This record gives sequence, structure tokens and C-alpha cells, in this order.
Amino acid sequence: MNRLNFLRIAGLAGATLTMGKILKASPQKSNKAEFVGVLYDSTRCVGCQECEIVCAKEHGLPKPDPEDYPTTKEVRKANEKRRSVINAYETSKGELYIKNQCMHCNQPACASACLTQAMHKTEEGPVIWRDNKCMGCRYCMVSCPYDVPKFEYHSSNPNIEKCNMCFDRIKEGLQPAFVENCPAEALTFGTRRELLAEAHRRISSNPETYYDGIYGENEAGGTGFLILSAVPFEEIGLNTKLQKKSYPELTKGFLYSVPSVFVLLPAILLGIFKATKKRQTQEEENE
Amino acid sequence: MNSIENIASRDNAGQPIWKFLMSELKPRGKYFTPFNIISVPIILVGLVLIVIRFIYGIGSITNLTQEVPWGLWIGFDVVTGVAFAGGAYVITFMVYILNIKKYHSIVRVTVLNGFLAYVFYAGALLLDLGKPWNVINPIIGNSFGVSSVLFLVAWHFLLYMMAQLIEFSPAIAEWIGAKRARKILSSMTIAAVIFGITLSTLHQSGLGALFLMAKEKIHPLWYSEFIPIMFFVSSIFAGLSMVIFEGSISHKVFSDQISEKNHKAHKGIIHGLSKICTIAMFAYFFLQVLTFVHGKHWDLLNTPMGYWYLTEMIGFVLLPMILYFYSYRTQNIFLIKLAAIITMIGIIINRLNVTVIGFRWDAPNPYYPSWMEIVVTLTVLFIEIWIFRWIVRRLPVLRESPSWVKDH
Ligand code: SF4
Repeated sequence: MNRLNFLRIAGLAGATLTMGKILKASPQKSNKAEFVGVLYDSTRCVGCQECEIVCAKEHGLPKPDPEDYPTTKEVRKANEKRRSVINAYETSKGELYIKNQCMHCNQPACASACLTQAMHKTEEGPVIWRDNKCMGCRYCMVSCPYDVPKFEYHSSNPNIEKCNMCFDRIKEGLQPAFVENCPAEALTFGTRRELLAEAHRRISSNPETYYDGIYGENEAGGTGFLILSAVPFEEIGLNTKLQKKSYPELTKGFLYSVPSVFVLLPAILLGIFKATKKRQTQEEENE
Repeated sequence: MNSIENIASRDNAGQPIWKFLMSELKPRGKYFTPFNIISVPIILVGLVLIVIRFIYGIGSITNLTQEVPWGLWIGFDVVTGVAFAGGAYVITFMVYILNIKKYHSIVRVTVLNGFLAYVFYAGALLLDLGKPWNVINPIIGNSFGVSSVLFLVAWHFLLYMMAQLIEFSPAIAEWIGAKRARKILSSMTIAAVIFGITLSTLHQSGLGALFLMAKEKIHPLWYSEFIPIMFFVSSIFAGLSMVIFEGSISHKVFSDQISEKNHKAHKGIIHGLSKICTIAMFAYFFLQVLTFVHGKHWDLLNTPMGYWYLTEMIGFVLLPMILYFYSYRTQNIFLIKLAAIITMIGIIINRLNVTVIGFRWDAPNPYYPSWMEIVVTLTVLFIEIWIFRWIVRRLPVLRESPSWVKDH
């Protein structure tokens, strides 16, 4: 018996729940439309923060403070006023830069967590947030393994801030602003498949430059933001402990068990109710 | 005494309903009780804080951070509060489904408690929402996030509140003397009970399932895929311990409401509940041990969090379990009450460990609730107790139903 079955059986409806067949069947929705994404080649990044500046301009966020630049002394963090930051790390290959932003997961935890579909994985690929649907519960923040969504704690009508890959521009056929404006050509926009092929090509043609791996190829079930690195990922602060399965997978067992509990449990309760009532009336007659 | 007799047997036939309701609205009882003296100032401060929160945002009175977006209001008010409200589904299960008559006299007060708990914790949830006016989105319209555990929990809260209101409604009908309505409403009880138990099973475990996706964020000693089962099983004894605790207080505070017969029966009820608690806690402890062995986190035991984990498991699960068992065998009512209190503290610790203390335990700037968050929490709690008291003094909750009920 695998663990999920144990969960269903032991926890939710007692040993009578043996409806594994119904529960198991539900194949993954195959993604026919191809997702677009961004390939970030951190070996090319010069840490100029141009992407930070254009991002703020594009999304009407406060202009970045020029005094606040990446240093190896401190890890800068995205917050409700900046959706993306560049950090510097001292590594085995010297000082390197890394961009931190939303990973645009193939199966995002935040979107499956959101109870209003405000957080939404578009057919095109970017994960976007929609103001008019959000109720500000912050469950997306609890669920996101990368801690990406940020909340305006000091507003009476707070928004969630996160990178949306400039979704409005993509719909107009443009590239995301931060990709277009990168002077070092560290960022490439394209379909996820093309980007993975390109990344593999770069690694194999320049094995001494690149660490052999693409961050985001399998992390959290695969992401739309893909990262190439010169050094092992931990050295530039990327979380390598994340699971390879997608995060919504973790709640599937529970959610699948709900319909069967809803069917079986009332039936069982009604059965017991009838039985105890009958026994009682019999006892009363006997008296 | 005379006036209580009067209320108990009233059927309001002659009196216009609005006149009756107006007269009922007036406060009764003493003004300067210790509870009032403590609660009124706190409620006033709390209300001011709530106004500030709506003007300047959630961050103005809470210590929440971008890493720890859920704090005391969710972890204590909602998650812990709902566990304590679990008594209602357990007691209705025993009385209506298993037909154990013994517990009948505490059904109403338990359901009322459960209902108010849900109303107020859902209310506390609204305080925690950034855009509370959008709370209707998951309920009506085209914004159903059906793959969300929170969606499920939200709907279950709503439906369960209705089920509990139906379960409680005969008391309201008796209060205003609506004989026919009472008959119709009480015929709906069984359906509401069955529905309510099903909903409870799912959302008690659902509250645990909420945290399944926060896999790397919760300390490994508390995170496991079994959180939903643990939350469900522990809600049984959490709820019953609350019933024991609340019952003991009610029997002192509202002793004028309780008939001689029920006073006597109360010991038997507590005694019976202690047995169920023992069994449920044993199952829970067993599950916890199993999960721990399965998770292979032996090395973590010898860390500060590990000591805290052992404190919870031994001091607040194993110990009260043994205490329940011992006091059940020796019929020691005092020890049962003590076990109930330790169990309740244990539940608070457990829920906070999963949702707040163990959540991002490694964050560079850990979250501690601000005093204002605590005051708002107390405000919610005190207002709930005020309403509870108001209802118990007026409706046939603890006292017997009016005499006309038995004619039917
Ligand atoms: S905060 Fe908004 S976007 Fe995030 S889960 Fe809640 S409703 Fe969805």
C-alpha cells in the first residue's frame, strides 16, 4: 500500500474507503500549447541592474535607489516595491551575479493555492496576478516554494506584487521589457522547448564555462524561467533542495479523496443512524 | 426562581414578537463582574486597532513579513479555534447517529459554541484578508479556484455554519415561541447532522492540508504528508476537551439555568468523554510516532526544535493521555478536567508549531506576534463569549425546553 492510499484510507473514511480506482484515474492534463519562458544566462550577466530599472518603469513601481546595488555582503530581496533583484555572490569562479524573480512554474503552487484564480497560469506561460479577483489571503505566498509573491502590508487596498513576465507586452507580440533591455544579452525570450535546446547547446559547446545543469528544467516540476550558471547552483544562492515533482502534486491526494468522502461518509452515517434507531425501538418494545 | 420558571414555560402566544425581542435585548445580570472588567477595555482597544488596520493596512498592527504571511490570526484564531470547535460534530455524532442519550443535554450548548466559534473565526479571517470585499469571489461568480484546498475549506466553513444553525434553530424557535417552525426545523436536524459531520471531517483535515505545499518551509519534525489525518484525529479530543472545560465553567456560571437532573448527569458525561479522549489521543500519539519513525529525523531530536517537539509529544500528548486514562479508571473528575486543560494547551502548541512557530523557523527575521495582534485576538474571543452569554441567558440552551415542546 503506498502512502497516499494510506492517507486516504486511514484518515478520511476509515477502512471502508476502498475506492482507489476512481481516485487514481486522472491523468495529468497534457499541455498542448507551448509555454513561453525566459532563459537567463548568469555567466553573461554583468550585474548592471538595467532589468531592475526597466521593470520598475514598466510596472509603475518606485524608481530603484542607485545607492542600492548588489554586493557580496548582503543578499538583496525582492519586495512589494521591486519584483526582481540582482544579487552578487563570491564563488569558486570569482564574483558572480544572479537575478532573482518569479520562476513561472509549469504547474505553479501559487495558482493552485489561489481560491479565486487571481493567481493564474496563462495558456501562454506567464503566471499572472489579477487585482479584481484577489482577496488578499496570502495563501499563494504560503505555498510558493520560491517565496515570490509579495504583499503590500501597508496599504488599505493591498496588491500582490510579482513578476508577470510583462504579460501585456507578450500579448502584443513584444518581448518582456527586462529581456529587451538587457545590454549583456544575458536574457533570451522564447518557447520553453527552444530555450532548453539553446541552453543545452551552450553547455555542450562550452563545457568549461558552464556548470552542467539548467536550473528550472526539473525544479518544482519545471519552470518557465531557466537559469544557466558557471558554478554549482548553491554557490549563487539557488535553492537546490526543492522537490522535482510539482508542488500542487502534494495536495492532490487530499483533494481527490474529497468526492468519495462526500459520497461514502453520509451513506455510512445514515446506515448507523438507522441501525441504532431500530435497536432502540426494539428495546423500547421489549420493555 | 419564579421568573426563570416563567421564561421556561412561556409560549409568547399573546405577545407581539417585536415587543418580546426588544425586551430580550436589554442586558441582564450584574455589570461589574471580573470578566466584564477585564474584557471591556480590551474589546475597546481591539476595536480601535481594527479601525487602524483597515485604514493603514495589515502591516500597521501586525508583525507579518513577506516570508511569514500567516501569523497569529490564522494560526490561533482560525486553525486552533476550529479544532476546539470540533466538539460539535463529535457530540452530534454520538447523540444523533449513535443514539447515545447520555450526552443529549450537552448537544445544544456544544453546537452553539461550535457555531459561534465558526462565525467569529470566519470573522477573524476577514480581518486578515487584504481585500475582504472580494471574499465573495470564491463563492459566487466565475472565480472558482477549485484546485485550492483553501477554496474547499472556505466553502466548508460556510456550509457548516448553515448546518450548525439548522441544528441549533429549534432552540431559537422555542425562545420566540414558534411552535410550528420548531417542528419543521427539528425535523431537519438529522440531515444537518449528517451533512455537518461530513463537512467537519473534510475541513478539519483540510486545515492541515492547507500546509502541504509549504513542504520546505515547515520544520521537518512537524511537516509530513499526514498533517491532514493528524489534524482530523486531534480535532476529536481537542473538541471534547473543550466541551469538558467549557461545561465545567458553564456549570458554575450558569448554574441557575441547569436543572437538578442535568447537574447530576454532568459527572457521568465528563467521565464518558474522558474515555473517548483517551482512545482518540492514543490513536493520535500512535500516528505521530509512526510518522516520526517514517520521517527518520532522529538527528533533529537533539536540537532546540527537537526538544520542543519532545515537549509537545510527551508533555502535552502522552501525559494528558495517561491522565485521561487514569482519571477515567479512578473516576476522578478533577483530574479529568486537568487533563482537558493540558490537552487544550497541547493543541494550541501543536497548531502553532505547524502554522507559526515551525513555519520558517529558520528565517533570518523570525515572526513574533505584536501585542496588537494579541489584543485583536482577545477582542474576537471576548466578543464571542459575550454573545454566548447573552444567548445562554435567554434561549433554552442549558435549561430544559419549554413545557409545550413535550406535547408534540
Ligand atoms: S492573496 Fe490573492 S492571489 Fe494570493 S492566493 Fe489569496 S486570493 Fe489568490
